[in-house]
Amino acid sequence: MAAKTLYDKLWDAHLVRQQEDGSCLIYIDRQLLHEVTSPQAFEGLRIAGRQPWRLDTNLATPDHNVPTTSKERTVGVDGIEDPVSKIQVVTLDENCDHFGITEFKMQDERQGIVHVVGPEQGATLPGMTVVCGDSHTATHGALGALAHGIGTSEVEHVLATQCLIQKKSKNMLVRVDGELGKGVTAKDVVLAIIGEIGTAGGTGYAIEFAGKVFEDMSMEGRMTVCNMAIEGGARVGMVAVDQTTIDYVKGRPYAPTGEQWDLAVAAWADLHSDADAEFDHVVVLDGSQIAPQVTWGTSPEMVLPVFAQVPNPSNEKDDVKAAGISRALEYMGLDADQNITDIQLDRVFIGSCTNSRIEDLRDAAAVVKGRKVASTLKQALVVPGSGLVKQQAEAEGLDKIFIEAGIEWREPGCSMCLAMNADKLGNGEHCASTSNRNFEGRQGFGGRTHLVSPAMAAAAAVAGHFVDVRDMI
Amino acid sequence: MQAFTQLTGVVAPLDRANVDTDMIIPKQFLKSIKRSGFGPNLFDELRYLDEGKPDMDNSGRPLNPEFVLNQARYAGTNILLARDNFGCGSSREHAPWALEDFGIRCVIAPSFADIFYNNCFKNGILPITLLDDQVDALFEETFASEGFELTIDLQAEVIRGAKGGDIAFSIDAFRRHCLLNGLDDIGLTLEQSDAIRAYESKRKQQTPWLFAE
Repeated sequence: MAAKTLYDKLWDAHLVRQQEDGSCLIYIDRQLLHEVTSPQAFEGLRIAGRQPWRLDTNLATPDHNVPTTSKERTVGVDGIEDPVSKIQVVTLDENCDHFGITEFKMQDERQGIVHVVGPEQGATLPGMTVVCGDSHTATHGALGALAHGIGTSEVEHVLATQCLIQKKSKNMLVRVDGELGKGVTAKDVVLAIIGEIGTAGGTGYAIEFAGKVFEDMSMEGRMTVCNMAIEGGARVGMVAVDQTTIDYVKGRPYAPTGEQWDLAVAAWADLHSDADAEFDHVVVLDGSQIAPQVTWGTSPEMVLPVFAQVPNPSNEKDDVKAAGISRALEYMGLDADQNITDIQLDRVFIGSCTNSRIEDLRDAAAVVKGRKVASTLKQALVVPGSGLVKQQAEAEGLDKIFIEAGIEWREPGCSMCLAMNADKLGNGEHCASTSNRNFEGRQGFGGRTHLVSPAMAAAAAVAGHFVDVRDMI
Repeated sequence: MQAFTQLTGVVAPLDRANVDTDMIIPKQFLKSIKRSGFGPNLFDELRYLDEGKPDMDNSGRPLNPEFVLNQARYAGTNILLARDNFGCGSSREHAPWALEDFGIRCVIAPSFADIFYNNCFKNGILPITLLDDQVDALFEETFASEGFELTIDLQAEVIRGAKGGDIAFSIDAFRRHCLLNGLDDIGLTLEQSDAIRAYESKRKQQTPWLFAE
């Protein structure tokens, strides 16, 4: 039998039927739902008079629109001040109630960002196919699952048929060898990878992240890396199952137990690429050479080490690229060749499906402990990824560290990552953000986003501008 | 879904790479629970000079005269000419909904982001991938001659009307079939219900923990 990659194995295990024209029917084990990309799918089901194929594979929670201030949250759905946001959250509740789909509603302690909630609950497991109407669904690939974002028509398709019509992607291996330096985190690794392959480098591929850096990495870190596979163009990112994965999953509410657990663990042992498996493309990085990263432009590939200078378009030979750099510098209000450490900040956001897990909050708290945020900042906020992450952080006293430093401690949700709720940047404001996209207007009209790790965001909050966090720990 | 067979229309050039779906339809308009009505906010931040809000009257907003879709010579366009990695970022299907609602039925680019590309076919929009040189030539011709039109023939997989002659393109056979006939693929998949049930029976034996309830 030919050697297979992890992606080949997951694909083959979920292939229901391959048509003569090459299109494949793929079975979906888990669909996560949220309020923004599901209403039109439920409406489609209703119009066609269809029922969900298998209710128990679906799990919903509102995240994109929910307010994160305790003032609005304590009142419940009626407390959502933005009437349009409220309609979406109410619509999700109504749809889940109507069809009988399990939902962690806004007031449930298990509510949170879908990509934090899924793994936290054991609702996404190794070997599963996982989909969600959200491009950051690749996050769940950290568990050795085949996970990717889909559009709303496909959300409806999965609800109605439990399947998707797909074409297989090509295989890419991103291997990062060696060991990371102190203060260098999973976020820096994935930003460095995107800087290397470009924002479209992974288009058409499923990426497997392998090598010592990922073997040594926590599950939270692996989720951060897989989460941003889409920022490198790949719908799918994944890491092989190992003992770290098994230890993480064990005992979670939706994880199998008893005999079923033993069966599952035995099956999961095969969830890695065969030693002689062939990849269509291989990228290799040296982990020891990765420094803390900061994006300076309006695409995640516009990223450099914190000690570098903003690029000069006159040094770029490709005309389309040079125009892209010029346009980004103009939008970002930066000068060519200026030091990244001289970029002054207005706001700092620590949160999002990329970096709002307990380890992320610990990293940030360790940097701000005993320090104060710069007086020049308008706002710094920490938004935990779920109600349970919030509880855990409070049990560890992290909330107090943040509050004493002058950082707001919020309720869980997507928040300022995409600014669909009230948390957003003002026109022209610079933000150090632990989120995943620095697109124009992403965090608010005219807002200027710089993507960084939680530790780097915390360091920047204290300094009021970017600094190398390695000098502070 | 609206079928796509042949399309003739004015080509509008959007000359920038990595156009993301946040740019195609900004997040504040994603709060709608409907599939329609996104057209007036297509490329909102590029198209208007002020900040767009949901439910606002767009007719009196200040237009950015430099933005391609605001220029008279491209009025009534239904074919968008774009650069590399068009539609990257968020999976929001609101992006093709907005394009379709505005009247764009075809996007031509050297490359597309995977999720956006896939979403187009669910909404009667044809994304055509051409070589860099072919796209460059079309940009030149669009800039050079006002009212430049192309005809897209999906059945024949060919673009007609360019100076250099017909341009062949290729679309996956299943997607082409669905688009030509305006087929609802949920209905097609449900025709395979027996195969899905057979798969489930097999998987229940192999991975019982995935069928706990």
